[in-house]
Amino acid sequence: MEGRMNYENDLVNLKATELRLGLPGSDEPTEKKMRNNKRSSSEISEESRTSGVTDQAAGVNDEHEESAPPAKAQVVGWPPIRSYRKNCLQAKKNDEVESGSGMYVKVSVDGAPYLRKIDLKVYRSYPQLLKGLENMFKLTIGAYSEREGYNGSDYAPTYEDKDGDWMLVGDVPWE
Amino acid sequence: MMMIIVDEVIEHIFDFITSHKDRNSVSLVCKSWYKIERYSRQRVFIGNCYSISPERLIARFPGLKSLTLKGKPHFADFNLVPHDWGGFLDPWIKAFAKNRIGLEELRLKRMVVSDESLELLSKSFVNFKSLILVSCEGFTTDGLAAIAANCRNLRELDLQENEVDDHRGHWLSCFPESCTSLVSLNFACLKGEINLAALERLVARSPNLKSLRLNRSVPLDTLQKLLMRAPQLLDLGTGSYVHDPSSEAYNELKASIQKCKSIRSLSGFLEVAPRCMAAIYPICANLTFLNLSYAAGLHGNALTKLIQHCNKLQRLWILDCIGDKGLGVVASTCKELQELRVFPSDPYGAGNAAVTEEGLVLISAGCPKLNSLLYFCQQMTNAALITVAKNCPNFIRFRLCTLDPTKPDPVTNLPLDEGFGAIVQSCKGLKRLSLSGLLTDQVFLYIGMYAEQLEMLSIAFAGESDKGMLYVLNGCKKLRKLEIRDCPFGNAALLEDVGKYETMRSLWMSSCEVTLGACKTLAEKMPRLKVELINDSDQMEFNLDDDQKVEKMYLYRSVVGHREDAPEFVWIL
Repeated sequence: MEGRMNYENDLVNLKATELRLGLPGSDEPTEKKMRNNKRSSSEISEESRTSGVTDQAAGVNDEHEESAPPAKAQVVGWPPIRSYRKNCLQAKKNDEVESGSGMYVKVSVDGAPYLRKIDLKVYRSYPQLLKGLENMFKLTIGAYSEREGYNGSDYAPTYEDKDGDWMLVGDVPWE
Repeated sequence: MMMIIVDEVIEHIFDFITSHKDRNSVSLVCKSWYKIERYSRQRVFIGNCYSISPERLIARFPGLKSLTLKGKPHFADFNLVPHDWGGFLDPWIKAFAKNRIGLEELRLKRMVVSDESLELLSKSFVNFKSLILVSCEGFTTDGLAAIAANCRNLRELDLQENEVDDHRGHWLSCFPESCTSLVSLNFACLKGEINLAALERLVARSPNLKSLRLNRSVPLDTLQKLLMRAPQLLDLGTGSYVHDPSSEAYNELKASIQKCKSIRSLSGFLEVAPRCMAAIYPICANLTFLNLSYAAGLHGNALTKLIQHCNKLQRLWILDCIGDKGLGVVASTCKELQELRVFPSDPYGAGNAAVTEEGLVLISAGCPKLNSLLYFCQQMTNAALITVAKNCPNFIRFRLCTLDPTKPDPVTNLPLDEGFGAIVQSCKGLKRLSLSGLLTDQVFLYIGMYAEQLEMLSIAFAGESDKGMLYVLNGCKKLRKLEIRDCPFGNAALLEDVGKYETMRSLWMSSCEVTLGACKTLAEKMPRLKVELINDSDQMEFNLDDDQKVEKMYLYRSVVGHREDAPEFVWIL
């Protein structure tokens, strides 16, 4: 049985992301590819063999487990909507959860006396975000390039992802 | 005196016979007509890719230009068929290429399409014009790049709800400068960024472009530029529709949209700022199709206000956050409505954003032309269904889905047998039906008795005994596709009339009471039926006990032998 990789659901859990500005050359960013396994509900179908009643189903559609109300167990393939549509809805639900209250993350800069918070929703792209950070902390971050990271600046923006790894800001698409 | 009509004349007459059914009939008249028909046949529809082989197809129809091919069974859409079950495009393309078929159009549904087959396709058919992929998977944007680069005469590239691995390459930039023939471009289902400048240039050099559906990465200001270039569009799918309504870009968009007087079909709004919808109002009165089923950000007043402008709408696809009241607005505005699809916005949620029987009743009262329905709802009552049946006797497609699959009528606590019974009795032209809610064998008695034109039936968590399934098999003479899950139908029903299955395209039964022994018996009696037993993809072993219940069975008629591409978790009896 394959493990559940709930990448999109974890976006809702914002405490997992903390932005820290540190000197360049700190940690080697290791890219991890998260693949949302859209096909894994076949593993559940054995358990979900029912005599017709939803509540008996032990199987849970793994894409939505964390966001579903706990009382209601789910049946594989019900309601009957295409995976493509289901995935779009889930992604949008995550967006909507954030849009109400803003998407605030902590930012700390090496050598600064206190941390700040910024609302990521205000920015539409990495260049905008970096500009915002530059203004807030009165420093220069410089230009991002895929090959060299933030070459030619004193600061490089990094963040801690949900695995606890320090990642360079800008490698992963903005969304 | 005898009049002889020469073959050329007959062939010319056959040119006017276009429907697949009619051409099939014509080919059965006599050997001569069979021969004339097969050489002149250009369009072929294959509802199950395993019912025939590419070689046989080519042998019979060497002049093939346009092919529709469907792969996985319908329930694959709902994760009931393991990945890698089958439905591969590759052997078809290889065979067509090898035999120099002049393929021009290919329409695929639920097939596995690889980048290699797309590349081979792009290089093998000089006159290739149209590629439509619906609910397919297995390819990446690299395959699309090959299509863009190599198909010199491409008119149509239409991707609907496919799972595409987006390598964020420059597939769009692969359309050469010499490509000016595009009529239809739909890449809404792609998740990645595209080169916006390349898109603008492509649209600018496509004077015949009539249909354009963008993906989420295309922002509003690009949309404005595209509309400036293509005011002749008939069908538009917006990408991200978000901006500050007081901005210059938004004002420019308003002006550009007003020039698009030909737009009849609108979709997209994958990301939407409700305050920007006012820009759309000027073209609403022309719309015949509106698809807001991915516009999760649009609800309440913004949504109903938009709909109030759309009084010529014939087809509407929305999310259930419109609510019963919103459906009331639809009912009073959209008097020409023929097709309504209401999708769940929160399929596993507590049921706050949902519609009930009330919304449907309002629609049926306000929209007498309604003939096609897909309705996901919180609950349904018999009384409502009976009213709907009376108001709308013209249903061709009626698909109802209660979010709780065995929910009874909440007012009476009874099953929904009478309600669906009323639907089949009233709607004499009903061709497709999907049931849900608490249902006994009684509903199947009604279906067998009244649903004379029924071609496709989907059943889940319904019925009490074999009688239910038997009513349907005995009564519905025109039945082509029957799909059943989680119902207490067993061997007696399956084996009562084995000849029936040769009159049908396919039968799917999963989580029912059918045993291995019965499946073996069926396969033995009917060699032209393929009986597939499908395990979960990590379970290669089959329990060999004849009394063991079968988890998933898929049977279909076929004029060729067993398919050779079946994975290990599929056992073809």
